[in-house]
Amino acid sequence: MIERTKMDLWVGVFVAAGFAGLLFLSMKVGNMSGFSVTNGYTLHAYFDNVGGLKVRAPVKSAGVVVGRVSEIKFDNERYEADVVMKIDGRFKFPKDTSASILTSGLLGEQYIGLDAGGDDQMLKNGDKFQITQSAVVLEKLISQFMYNKASESDSNKK
Amino acid sequence: MNALTGVLRYLGNYAISSVWRLGYGARLFLLTLLYSGESFKRFQLVLKELYSIGVLSLVIIMVSGLFVGFVLGLQGYNTLEKYGSEQALGILVALSLVRELGPVVTALLFAGRAGTAITAEIGLMKATEQLSAMEMMAVEPVARVVAPRFWAGVISMPLLAALFSTMGVFGGYIVGVVLIGVDEGSFWSQMQSSVDFHEDILNGVIKSFVFAVAVTAIALLEGYDSKPTAEGVSRATTRTVVTSSLMVLFLDFILTSLMFTS
Repeated sequence: MIERTKMDLWVGVFVAAGFAGLLFLSMKVGNMSGFSVTNGYTLHAYFDNVGGLKVRAPVKSAGVVVGRVSEIKFDNERYEADVVMKIDGRFKFPKDTSASILTSGLLGEQYIGLDAGGDDQMLKNGDKFQITQSAVVLEKLISQFMYNKASESDSNKK
Repeated sequence: MNALTGVLRYLGNYAISSVWRLGYGARLFLLTLLYSGESFKRFQLVLKELYSIGVLSLVIIMVSGLFVGFVLGLQGYNTLEKYGSEQALGILVALSLVRELGPVVTALLFAGRAGTAITAEIGLMKATEQLSAMEMMAVEPVARVVAPRFWAGVISMPLLAALFSTMGVFGGYIVGVVLIGVDEGSFWSQMQSSVDFHEDILNGVIKSFVFAVAVTAIALLEGYDSKPTAEGVSRATTRTVVTSSLMVLFLDFILTSLMFTS
């Protein structure tokens, strides 16, 4: 049987190593030290089509994450998607800021991009964006392109 | 007609004995929780078990983690390379380890390495009437033998799973970045941007905690309930591995469907 002090030492090493592993996972592998919204405020944006936008998707302005999407629901009165987002309290945006759904990279995840306007008044908790731009749907884009091509060749014939 | 009643009688017998065992297991589990205060008062008992359950499992867990990481790095690279997205290797390695492979493979190895040892030890204690001797000396065997092992298992499994995942990420790094040459910066940054502390790491820890309770409780029950013969102990040891492995995989499905579906 192993003696007691040696055993205590090994158990101590084991527990310390285990916690070091957990710390490594949360700091180096995970993003615990990364962005999280503290004492933020919520804003609403209505979109015709949210495409593949998901809850917890980032809200970016000038490429920097300023908040996260907290809820996506269907508004049965406007027949539009109501996207609720939580913006970090440190960042304020003018009233005429526009929100658009963008894609990072060709196949990347979708996020909300905010383009700040020039209004003096700032958006407050519960406000909604006046100007929004929906997600680009590839099929619509292609059909529009085909339609344009077809009408072009029609006018060329005449 | 006779054959039919025979089948029905067998079915009834099976149902009754399994319900009986379930009740026995639940009672043992409750008794273990009830006596865990006493085993924490004499923490040296838990420490001794932590040594034999946790520390002695370290090597197998860490080496397996490293090799699982190697394989993930290699296979992940081969597949991701076809789509030109080998930078996502970090995400693949980290997410599959933290969410699934870490807790599950650790639990399976733990059942084989420590669960069998627990069952065999308690079964042999029962076969050599050490447990009855304790009762004669007015020492409650659940408090002296079962509860310390239970808590040692529950404490050590999440730590072992964390070490497994850490070694796995390290293994994926060695194969992906050092040997194959995936860009180091994008390996880590893509990993960090898509592994969430709450969603992935904490859920993985919760998973391994649940597995720890299941595997240790099954190993203790099988040992405590084994037939006090050489054959009975060997049967109980086999049952520990089979039951706890199936239980881990089943619980993993349930937990995954609860945790990772929005």
